[in-house]
Amino acid sequence: MRRIDLREITQAVKELSIEANTIANCDLRDALTASIEKEVSPVGKAVLGQLIKNQDIAKFTNLPICQDTGFTVVFLEVGMDISFTGGIVQDAVNQGVREGYIEGNLRKSIVKDPLTSPVNTQDNTPAIVHIELVPGDKVKITLMPKGGGSENMSRIKMMKPSDGVDGVREFILKTVKTAGGNPCPPIIVGVGVGGTFDYVAFLAKKSLLRKIGERNRDPEIAAMEEKWLLEVNKLGIGPAGLGGKVTALDLFIEVFPRHIATFPVAVNIQCNAARVKTRII
Amino acid sequence: MGNTEKRVEAPLTEEVIKTLRMGDEVLLSGIIYTARDMAHARLEEMIGNGEELPFDAAGSVIYYVGPSPAPEGRVIGSAGPTTSYRMDPFVPVMFKAGMRGMIGKGPRSEEVKNLIVEKCGVYFGATGGAAALLSESILEAEVIAFDDLGPEALRKLRVCDMPVIVINDCYGGDLYLEGVRKYSSDVQIWQ
Repeated sequence: MRRIDLREITQAVKELSIEANTIANCDLRDALTASIEKEVSPVGKAVLGQLIKNQDIAKFTNLPICQDTGFTVVFLEVGMDISFTGGIVQDAVNQGVREGYIEGNLRKSIVKDPLTSPVNTQDNTPAIVHIELVPGDKVKITLMPKGGGSENMSRIKMMKPSDGVDGVREFILKTVKTAGGNPCPPIIVGVGVGGTFDYVAFLAKKSLLRKIGERNRDPEIAAMEEKWLLEVNKLGIGPAGLGGKVTALDLFIEVFPRHIATFPVAVNIQCNAARVKTRII
Repeated sequence: MGNTEKRVEAPLTEEVIKTLRMGDEVLLSGIIYTARDMAHARLEEMIGNGEELPFDAAGSVIYYVGPSPAPEGRVIGSAGPTTSYRMDPFVPVMFKAGMRGMIGKGPRSEEVKNLIVEKCGVYFGATGGAAALLSESILEAEVIAFDDLGPEALRKLRVCDMPVIVINDCYGGDLYLEGVRKYSSDVQIWQ
């Protein structure tokens, strides 16, 4: 049994909060750079250039890439040979978010009571924490600050089983088209298929943890990802929604078995400031 | 699109607005004000109660933004646009108060687009996600009302050469519609 002091988790979450919000990942950077070549609209090219320049400024000034530093979503893969000491895991994560968002000058965007009293919690807590038990004695922490603009354009549909693959395709294209320029394109399209009403949304969100260009391991699903990405990019929405060929940088699909009566599909849209950082302890 | 860059000074006059066309790339300088969801709700309430507004609304430009906190040595943190449609319901009353221009991202309602023509206004788009870049064009920032709202407080900004693009002009032009029309190819969503 390996013992881990939860202060280590707090420290890691704090650092990941700041890093994720200020330093863009290489895969995103490379995808944006490559997309300038693909874009045919002059205004679209200019927007993509602004986004790359923005990442440089953020990196050198420690300003967040986007002012919306998101709802902090934290995925923990916890090895079963670990024993945590010093409290409760969720509290340790929230403490890390609190310290990171305050020290990193990140925006606090969470209001406490959504219905009766929308007062800001002042420290961006609580985080959304997903914990999964895995074999081994390591902890993998993946932190994704998720912006509100792209979250607002995400959709779930409980389709009929007879809607099938074409139904999934139609729902993805309609969701992206309806979203238009709102979720800050070029976007990344995260798709979940199967499971239950709640689980399908989790699948869609989890798909967004992949690196750009990383395909589903099932070759049939990988082919759908590639085909539907091409179709999304024919919608003409383009960078910032001003028209163009680069609407999405990638499209990820995650699947899970489904009930014979249901066919859940979720589309979780990620913005051009796709922020994900991982650390293994 | 691909129109030449224009330099524009805020607050705006009708004369200047009439020179702006959909697709114009504009470098905006002068005084603008920030407000988003909660600040708009409060402004609407103040106007309804006949109270004096905390800023001079005549010709004003409202930037839909909730900036991140200013680190030491800077006047403001990252400051990119938030999605504009959430402010659509407040646009009629804001125009009535004297507002002329808006900066945000994403399409507006038909009602807002009609008002832009009727009231001789303009809707600028700033690049969503380019928040650190846009922050560089903000020279001064001061909270002038609703401090309790934190990022949603009403701020007075002095900007210099802030890069924006004309989305909806006073002649009914809509760059979102035109842009997508120009670059979309045949894709049958419903097979």
